[in-house]
Amino acid sequence: MREARDAMTKYGRKAHAITALVREAEVHRDVYVDPEIFELEMEHLFPNSWVYVGHASQLSKPGDFITANIGRQPVLASRHTDGSIHVFYNRCPHKGVKIASEPCGNTGKFFRCPYHAWSFKTDGSLLAIPLKKGYEGTGFGDTQANGGLSKVKNVVIYRDFIFARLNDNGVSFEDYFGESLSTIDNMADRSPEGKLAVMATPIRYMHTCNWKMLVENQTDTCHPMVAHESSAGTAVKVWKREQGDSTETPMAVQLYGPFMSPYEFYEQSGIRIWPNGHGHTGVANSIHSNYSDVTGYLDQMVAAYGETRAHEILGEVRHNTVYFPNIMVKGAVQILRNFIPIAVDKTLVESWVYRLVGAPDKLYERALMYNRFINAPTSIVGHDDMEMYERAQEGLKSNGNQWVNLRRLYESNEEQDVTAVINGTSERQMRNQFHAWAKFMTMDMDKHAEAAE
Amino acid sequence: MITEKTITDLIYREADLLDTMQWQAWLDLFHPEARYWMPLEWQQQDPVLQPSLMYEDLLLLKVRVERLTGERTFSQKPKSRCHHLLQAPQIVACDTAAGVFKARTSYIYTETRGDMLERYSGWASHDFVEVGDALKIKLKRVDLVNFDAPFGNIQLFM
Repeated sequence: MREARDAMTKYGRKAHAITALVREAEVHRDVYVDPEIFELEMEHLFPNSWVYVGHASQLSKPGDFITANIGRQPVLASRHTDGSIHVFYNRCPHKGVKIASEPCGNTGKFFRCPYHAWSFKTDGSLLAIPLKKGYEGTGFGDTQANGGLSKVKNVVIYRDFIFARLNDNGVSFEDYFGESLSTIDNMADRSPEGKLAVMATPIRYMHTCNWKMLVENQTDTCHPMVAHESSAGTAVKVWKREQGDSTETPMAVQLYGPFMSPYEFYEQSGIRIWPNGHGHTGVANSIHSNYSDVTGYLDQMVAAYGETRAHEILGEVRHNTVYFPNIMVKGAVQILRNFIPIAVDKTLVESWVYRLVGAPDKLYERALMYNRFINAPTSIVGHDDMEMYERAQEGLKSNGNQWVNLRRLYESNEEQDVTAVINGTSERQMRNQFHAWAKFMTMDMDKHAEAAE
Repeated sequence: MITEKTITDLIYREADLLDTMQWQAWLDLFHPEARYWMPLEWQQQDPVLQPSLMYEDLLLLKVRVERLTGERTFSQKPKSRCHHLLQAPQIVACDTAAGVFKARTSYIYTETRGDMLERYSGWASHDFVEVGDALKIKLKRVDLVNFDAPFGNIQLFM
């Protein structure tokens, strides 16, 4: 069946056809618009990658659970009575009913399927089935259902960030993320206690475009002064006109203003790339560098870390860090954006804010403000971006030119899967992402079978 | 003399100014210290340390209004239009002695752009303050019935 299906498709398990979509500095538009490619991403790319599930602070007590999707597959994470965290496929082993349907909650001592009352301990093991004797002598003990909730085996919790890889085999967490974890470290270190906490639901924003457009835009430094002239530019203009005698720039204008920085600013601030498609903007400095100090915060940090280390932590103001495939972390304002693929032209963006545990309220206020200014369906900056994604999703249907150009500051001898710091207006991070895309799309495809065809 | 009718007339006028895109006249209804608030939680109490969709002062509302007509505002090419369908406002307080004037209005809001049409339902709560002989909006709070759903662009005002 599967072979027959694959034979009829353009890309199904055809590793060569897929890798041919990614040239050295161009990608074929099918990566954004072809539904078959999207299906293959769900089947291969997401299960081969380490994907963000949630934050351990959302599971503070035994019985706490959260639900999420890895690609399109629903998963469930829970805190067990012994304090351990487990990730399961969110379906009852009986008839497939989702065990938990809410984003978060507390299930008590066990999960209970609402359909036939099969119940499971919070480590996923089967607790009870009503009328259990009906399964005696049926061979039930040998089925997968007898094992309870199917577990995701590869789960790593790094500084409370829960990541999972669905496929049993693949790149280890440490090799997959490597030095890129330094951004998560920096975000957590910004708490005097070294801890982050999720306090509230994320802002959710539906986009009618392919998920990768959003990911690419995170390190696209040549669009803010163009696409956001209407929002950030207007904010700066209105403030100049209205400020009167005011000497203090409001927090809102401090957040909007830097988007209008000139090309030269982004050029010098730099981009750092890492292997496996990760990378960040804002190496030397960033749009987050010049926010007002918050009273008392530096003293707290110095008391917690010492003078030198405190300044080191706060001096690292990276702009956007992309963790391939689909999250972006902003340490300086404690935001994580999750680009959740729904369909080839539909992406749900959930933008989370973390509270720096022990830090002044003002920092949390600023992070929440940034999130609603930039990442909300009511955000004028968001309106600017979404307009571009939607126009691209439409425009790419054109056959006049089937390639997307990623050649800015391309060098012919560019090495793949390396760590490097480069000019901040380079499109190299996008090239880096697509190299990783081709790799994680095809790494579990049977290349020998293809060669024999 | 402020009466209940003064309050309801003002709420209808506000919706009319939005529907006819008379942005400056709409801004003029607000007190200089006013806020426009769209909470993100059910019966939310705190606009500052709880997440909101919008919590904006007059400066930010001016930015929005000015942006809508900007030459390089590409998300307004073509332009959005909106329609407010209001239930009769419920007067929560109309107390001239105490200076407290509040109303709550159930609404259906439609925003369109090009071929797109989106419809939203919720409640608008107005707090007014007396300035001279007239009322100004001190707080407009917009609670969507499905505040926690993922929306596309909401570019105008509910």
